[in-house]
Amino acid sequence: MDAFKSWIARSGTGSILLLALLIVVVFPLTMDIFRLNLVGKYLTYAFVAVGLVMLWGYGGILSLGQGVFFGLGGYMMAMFLKLEASDPEATKIQSTPGIPDFMDWNQLTELPLWWEPFRHLPLALIAVVAVPMVLAFIISFAMFKRRVGGVYFAIITQAVALILTVLIIGQQGYTGGVNGITDLRTLLGWDIRDDSAKLILYFVNAGLLIGVIVLCRWIQMSKLGTLLLAMRDKEDRVRFSGYDVAMFKVFAFVLAAGISAIGGAMFTLQVGFMSPSFVGIVPSIEMVIFAAVGGRMSLVGAVYGALLVNFGKTYFSESAPDLWLFLMAALFIGVVLAFPNGLAGLYESHVKPWFARRKAPKAAPAAIEPPAAPPPAPSHKSAPPATLPGGVQGQSA
Amino acid sequence: MSNTDFVLAIEDLTVSFDGFKAIDALTLYVDRGELRVIIGPNGAGKTTLLDLICGKTKASAGSIKFKNQEMTRLAEHKIVRAGVGRKFQTPSIYENLSVFKNLEVSFPQGRSVLGALGFRCTDEVKERVQSVATEIGLADALDTEAGLLSHGQKQWLEIGMLLMQEPELLMLDEPIAGMSVRERELTADLLQRICKGRSVIVIEHDMDFVKRIAHKVTVMHQGKILAEGSMEKVQADPKVIDVYLGH
Ligand SMILES: Nc1ncnc2c1ncn2[C@@H]1O[C@H](COP(=O)(O)OP(=O)(O)OP(=O)(O)O)[C@@H](O)[C@H]1O
Ligand SMILES: [Mg+2]
Repeated sequence: MDAFKSWIARSGTGSILLLALLIVVVFPLTMDIFRLNLVGKYLTYAFVAVGLVMLWGYGGILSLGQGVFFGLGGYMMAMFLKLEASDPEATKIQSTPGIPDFMDWNQLTELPLWWEPFRHLPLALIAVVAVPMVLAFIISFAMFKRRVGGVYFAIITQAVALILTVLIIGQQGYTGGVNGITDLRTLLGWDIRDDSAKLILYFVNAGLLIGVIVLCRWIQMSKLGTLLLAMRDKEDRVRFSGYDVAMFKVFAFVLAAGISAIGGAMFTLQVGFMSPSFVGIVPSIEMVIFAAVGGRMSLVGAVYGALLVNFGKTYFSESAPDLWLFLMAALFIGVVLAFPNGLAGLYESHVKPWFARRKAPKAAPAAIEPPAAPPPAPSHKSAPPATLPGGVQGQSA
Repeated sequence: MSNTDFVLAIEDLTVSFDGFKAIDALTLYVDRGELRVIIGPNGAGKTTLLDLICGKTKASAGSIKFKNQEMTRLAEHKIVRAGVGRKFQTPSIYENLSVFKNLEVSFPQGRSVLGALGFRCTDEVKERVQSVATEIGLADALDTEAGLLSHGQKQWLEIGMLLMQEPELLMLDEPIAGMSVRERELTADLLQRICKGRSVIVIEHDMDFVKRIAHKVTVMHQGKILAEGSMEKVQADPKVIDVYLGH
């Protein structure tokens, strides 16, 4: 029983359950469908932030191009939905009926071959995760095998984000250009614009997010999680213990890409479009800010970070749109300088000890009052020391 | 180059950094079960030699054969897997992890990405961690965060991490730097125990310590070997006294 309890504590099951309670029960009960849909959108960004916890927090690899994978996942989904929305009946006023409207506007007369697979939902769903992950593999394999890392790697990811944005905007006829892929309607005949559909998609999204967090937590608790932390601190020691460090970094990058892509696909489904404005450098940096604010070592923290920053963004961009960018920059600098472990770190260092202090006098009055009593022996071997900067023991999910 | 009985055969090894030859046509053989100490003034190229053997630095010319297998073009992790372990000059341990985790991570299983995902800390692993921890005197500190260990204990922990891998060739760069007299004695005993069944190369400046542990001593100077042989022979060598022992 004690072993089970300490496992629960170590695995962070409690904080994951709390998050699940909040997004699966509390939000749907207290919000109307418009707001809930908005939260659903924010939660799709949380996927990217969770991926960044694995990549940046654990792996120590900063990517400033995660929008690429979020966007690609979103585009793969949007391509399927767009084809379904472009049946010959619905597009009969076009000069070529049966192809997406933007292709028709750009004088394309037939569907490009590489769009064909997206007629089929299973293929499209595979592409949602496979395409971003393959791209991530190619980029990271080429870079990490050459020992490109740190700032240089971050710059490379920015370059990729820029290239992809330019490519999408430039190839209007194939991609919908700067407007993106819009006017999406149904998924296998099911109208995704309905309130009831939005509610269901919200729950699918929430379920996937919790699933991804559990998966990541499992990875963190495996030897691979320990190795990622070890690599972050002493890369050479890991390498000279017989590990191919580059492959572990590739794994972290591909994992984060796949997770981001799921978020992107859920974005498309819930919001009803995908555009290059989610691919570029600015959204990519915003996503890093979500993770930083939430705490880059904390999976659930990343979700809270994404929610809070986006609530703030929505609030401020209505009341003072010009101010928001400055506010966000200030927030980021503030967090990085003052609270490197974000909200989660704040919780660990301030809220938890405060709770512990409040509980302590009730729990063990005898141990404190008689001055002759021996100091309480450490009860659990696995009880974490009070302050562990970034170590596994001190981390919860 | 022909095959030999030596566990490590280095021949005509050269590395130059922008024209400066840190190792200059060096030839060195190490026997099985031998404990070799390399000494020499600062900047002689001792650390660079270890870097070359373990693949951290790539050779400009020459050959390094470990058990008759050429190492100069092998990736670092493959050299480790072939059986070469290396301790760095400054203790290199995972400060945020417990002593147990430090040792566990060094266990030579689950070294691929998928292997690491599926790795379980079985009783076999726990037993090995326990026995290595006992060997290095840290059996009582398994749950301690490694960053909290004393400097000497950190050095031992790193040696323990290497022992987890059961290397056939163990290379230690200044293992007693920063240790107390008592810790030095314990380390000397430890080295004498662990060189049973494997070859060990130690770089060290402390002559008393060297005398205690060395089977054979190699003196390096300016990337070359100045003298080699027993401690007495080397100490009596006028060249060695001139460049190194004289001060
Ligand atoms: N990567 C490098 N680039 C340029 N020069 C280097 C490099 N590595 C080592 N050197 C030079 O090679 C020489 C040998 O250095 P090395 O660290 O091997 O000396 P050492 O014998 O270990 O000395 P110490 O006793 O101080 O540890 C030094 O002059 C050093 O500056
Ligand atoms: Mg040195």
